[in-house]
Amino acid sequence: MKIAVLSGKGGTGKTFVSVNLATVASKAAYIDCDVEEPNGHLFFKPNNMNTKEVSVKIPLVNRKLCDGCQECVKFCKFNALAYVQKNLIFFHDTCHSCGGCILFCPNKALSEKERVIGKIEKGRSDNVTVITGILNTGEVSGTPIIGQILKDECINEDLVIIDCPPGSDCIAMESIKDVDYCVLVAEPTIFGLHNLKMVYELVKLFNKPFGVVINKALENNNLIEGFCITNKINILTKIPFDKKLGRLNSQGLIVSKEMSDYQNLFLKLLHSITKEATI
Amino acid sequence: MKELLILSGKGGTGKTTIASAFIKLSQAKAFADCDVDAPNLHLVINPSTTPKTFDYYGMDKGYINLDKCNSCGLCYQHCAFDAIKPYGDTYKIDYYSCEGCGVCEKICPTGAVSLKQYVAGELMLYRDDNIFSTAQLKMGNGTSGLLVSEVKKQMKSAISQDLDLAIIDGSPGIGCPVIASISGVDMVLIVAEPSISGISDMKRIISTARKFHTKTAVCVNKYDTNLHKTEEIKDICRDLTIPYLGGIPFDKSVVEIINNGKSIVDIHCAAGVAAEKIFQETIKTLNM
Repeated sequence: MKIAVLSGKGGTGKTFVSVNLATVASKAAYIDCDVEEPNGHLFFKPNNMNTKEVSVKIPLVNRKLCDGCQECVKFCKFNALAYVQKNLIFFHDTCHSCGGCILFCPNKALSEKERVIGKIEKGRSDNVTVITGILNTGEVSGTPIIGQILKDECINEDLVIIDCPPGSDCIAMESIKDVDYCVLVAEPTIFGLHNLKMVYELVKLFNKPFGVVINKALENNNLIEGFCITNKINILTKIPFDKKLGRLNSQGLIVSKEMSDYQNLFLKLLHSITKEATI
Repeated sequence: MKELLILSGKGGTGKTTIASAFIKLSQAKAFADCDVDAPNLHLVINPSTTPKTFDYYGMDKGYINLDKCNSCGLCYQHCAFDAIKPYGDTYKIDYYSCEGCGVCEKICPTGAVSLKQYVAGELMLYRDDNIFSTAQLKMGNGTSGLLVSEVKKQMKSAISQDLDLAIIDGSPGIGCPVIASISGVDMVLIVAEPSISGISDMKRIISTARKFHTKTAVCVNKYDTNLHKTEEIKDICRDLTIPYLGGIPFDKSVVEIINNGKSIVDIHCAAGVAAEKIFQETIKTLNM
């Protein structure tokens, strides 16, 4: 079973919920798809690390074969190629690796070359296989890393928890495409509510079963609950605002290993998710 | 005009809270929300007018005319984004996966595939005493970097007089929308959080901003929730020779103030007082 943990807004507790869910499971894989800012590994501190580079395909110009016809320049919708002073120049920042320039060059002057944009790290932490996608700084898109992780890395595990990037754009979407259940983490602020509405639209669009976890819940604040009740959304659990919890989390400790109350809370949460996902 | 961009790397550290406070403090006449994926600044700015709206066209998307399609499968074989899927005897293009490269259009022997314009979001421009530029990307769309550039362009082209300062609220992460927002600004203020995750993310956003040679400074939100980690952040700043501009204490009233659609300098509170000091330091650094 694959469970995605997501939220429109950043900092609502995606990693917190994902890490603890994987920890209380008897056996699980934790996959960090927040490749721009991956943090789950800071809590798991995995060992037996295995690192694999991720690259994308870019064109390599053979100047001897290029006759300056500029078919590739005219074709490229991303403006990644220019012909300046009788030289074909390539800008990797804007290239989407569609392969069109290579495919359509009448002189076969372009060939495929690999360019490293990041890496995938795999390690173990007790009962959890920890898989982390990391985008190199300065790189524009981590989508190919997420694509590769989801294709290669989550085949042999019964329970896979996917920690998604914030937002509701292409990269968040890539992470939830093939999951069985979505957990939406929301905090009770007007920002949290506004962004919850957006991911709510996203999971509806993809027809995924889902439920909401309210994090940093405050007494006398029913912002998120009100929205969930109106839209008949299942509230899976409420995690109270708790300074102690914040402190443990800020030190990189896993709260369900430190405090039995939270171990029980996450066991119950995992149980309700599994039940809901198999209906 | 100087442009100040607020970033954080990690989400939820308080970019919008700081940006809205700075807008009030500076009485900035121009500001923008570049978090096009999850924009929130409008919720605490409360513009008095309705915005002018414009459709945002992202990349075109491929479309197959089934009457002309002979099911040869060439488009399907050559799509680098797995956006073309078998559909009965023919093929169908998934809008959300299509990046608009045009390989399918060019390779199709029967002219069945064409690229069509696609509305990928909406740009909004509020104009009263101030200019406020923002946008919302449509669900599940890419090209957020392009939209970020449009938001900044929209703000700048609406400015008719000489202004001192524009404030830009950025998005989390280090990728495409963040890089697009950094381009051309005079300074990046990073709002860090004193936690193991906050520090890791801060280092990555500093490294990104440095690649673009942009002046960078750091402040810490909720600094007293982990004083040890706050010291660690100060040390990192010292090592990297990045100005540390101060800390904002954890303040219970912040959530309530924000939930009432106000900024933290509208109501007297400890967080607001600290934000004002950081604002003054920021202006000094910006003009240095």
